[in-house]
Amino acid sequence: MERLKVATVWLGGCSGCHMSFLDLDEFLIELAGKIDLVYSPVVDLKVYPNNVDVCLIEGAVCNEDNLEILHKIRARTKVLVAFGDCAVTGNVPAIRNQLGAGNDVNVLQCAYIDNAQNNPSLPKADGIVPPLLKRVMPVAEVVYIEYFLPGCPPPADRIKAFMVQVLSGQVPKLEGTQLKFG
Amino acid sequence: MSKRIVIDPVTRIEGHAKISIYMDDAGNVSDAEFHVVEFRGFEKFCEGRPYGEMPGITPRICGICPVSHLLASAKAGDAIMAVNIPPAADKLRRMMNLGQMVQSHALSFFHLSAPDFLLGWDTPPAQRNVFGIIAANADLARAGIRLRQFGQEVIEILGGKKIHPAWAVPGGVRSPLTEAGRDKIRAWLPEVYATTQVAFDLFKKVLDSHKKEIQIFGNFPSLFMGLVEPDGTWEHHGGKIRFTDSSGSIIADQLDPQKYYEYIGEAVQPSSYLKSPFYKPMGLPDGMYRVGPLARLNVAEQMGTPKADAELKKFKKLGRGAVMSSFLYHYARLIEILASIERIERHLDDPDLLSGDLRADAGINSLRGVGVSEAPRGTLFHDYTVNRDGLLKKVNLIVATGQNNLAMNQTVAQIARHYVRGNDIPEPMLNRIEHGIRCYDPCLSCSTHAVGQMPLQVRLIAPDGTVLNETLRG
Repeated sequence: MERLKVATVWLGGCSGCHMSFLDLDEFLIELAGKIDLVYSPVVDLKVYPNNVDVCLIEGAVCNEDNLEILHKIRARTKVLVAFGDCAVTGNVPAIRNQLGAGNDVNVLQCAYIDNAQNNPSLPKADGIVPPLLKRVMPVAEVVYIEYFLPGCPPPADRIKAFMVQVLSGQVPKLEGTQLKFG
Repeated sequence: MSKRIVIDPVTRIEGHAKISIYMDDAGNVSDAEFHVVEFRGFEKFCEGRPYGEMPGITPRICGICPVSHLLASAKAGDAIMAVNIPPAADKLRRMMNLGQMVQSHALSFFHLSAPDFLLGWDTPPAQRNVFGIIAANADLARAGIRLRQFGQEVIEILGGKKIHPAWAVPGGVRSPLTEAGRDKIRAWLPEVYATTQVAFDLFKKVLDSHKKEIQIFGNFPSLFMGLVEPDGTWEHHGGKIRFTDSSGSIIADQLDPQKYYEYIGEAVQPSSYLKSPFYKPMGLPDGMYRVGPLARLNVAEQMGTPKADAELKKFKKLGRGAVMSSFLYHYARLIEILASIERIERHLDDPDLLSGDLRADAGINSLRGVGVSEAPRGTLFHDYTVNRDGLLKKVNLIVATGQNNLAMNQTVAQIARHYVRGNDIPEPMLNRIEHGIRCYDPCLSCSTHAVGQMPLQVRLIAPDGTVLNETLRG
């Protein structure tokens, strides 16, 4: 059987979901024999390839870079998985939405002007520092998502249960306590 | 005509970043800049929330060192309540912090950095990762994975969850160590000591084979900052702040961490979401300081445990005065893993950790509280101002990686100056520049309370914005 091409990406989140993926511990060694990790923060390939089978997406959509890569991923991937609560609901990064209109400026103002003693100014460099979106969005608000893997982060055994189903060619299905947020 | 080279994204670091290298007219590197490209805005959106929620929210700044935020946040809460927490709670918090030190340093060493110095700089990018290590040396990979697992299990045994445990609270912690948990941790000890020894043996070979890297990967004078005990012993959760300089002399000692704002300022760099803290009495650029394992070992006179002390003696011989090369952050990390395991072992013998007296209770007794703890990457400050009802009015967070920002820029420039010539920039050279950043193990989700991935783009850009040359790697 051809090896499954798997990618993982990290949008606006804390990387806790990726850390939980690493908490698969020795199952990673087994996984290494079955998949090709073609794009991920833990590998050095820098271009998202074509024809990826499964992509786990951590994080909410917070800035223009996130938005751009998410569309690219959708176009190049068969199955997308919202990986963790930030991707599923917006979760913690989306708290800034409650500040209402102008929150994208207010959060920067607080960090870079109110809490700075030298050169207080808003970071700005075209093509380098991506502007924040006016509203933080869960990934399904931007592109079609096949599966949702909740948790803050999803515990390693939940990720394993999901991956085992995917690897055996089943339609992955999570039930009961495997569907908990938080 | 001056040009700019951009590396995007920087991978195998724990965050989202790009690097710009500025070239001068003669085609030599003039400067470099490390850009952090994500921002989530915790300092603002926490305003108005009860301070007791912060140990639940702030760990979500970073999934790599959530425990640091959990503990700093709970400590800031202790200060707002103006309480001394029960001794058992303090020891339990320390133990969790040590577990995190082990897991985070193991991740940095085995999963993220080892692919460079074990597989070699010129290994194709597709193999240069933790899966490449698995393929090349499954036993070593397994040992590294299990060392990290040990640290994560210490956290889980105490807090119920490996990542984002809801456990420390203002005034103490939720639950003690159980006897079953204690025995489970103890059973791991022989294996993790052995793995640490394997890592030391391996890194000592790296020391011999990487003399050039040691010389040019961030080898320059700077200040160093970290917590120490009153007698100068390595600290990770209590103690006071010490600054030393590149000659190894103490320039300030036993500074009150609660008053960090008297000696630390923050500067903004327009092209990054990462701020640059500096030592106020010396201003910029002289006030540049480094934090984290290398800095902690430079400011500490001893580790306080026998095995780690023996290693510290060897480490200190690598410098005249301070140990200055940032490549040696890797070595310092191993010594801290060893010290942490020794201290965990010591805690296991302490019956206090099974105690049920774990919470101090009080109302709002101080309108400002600062919590400080050594995170794996360096000193972390949480500074909260509340109203009489305990609702947050102002939040300032100074995180480890930010404090290394200026040093990371200098490191990139130093490496680039050595390798980059004109328009010819082979991939392995770029990887060396990225490794310069990796030495600091930057945790960018933390540093911007905020932290991408796109093609690695190398661009030569003229001052008027025209792209002179462009390559992509995949």
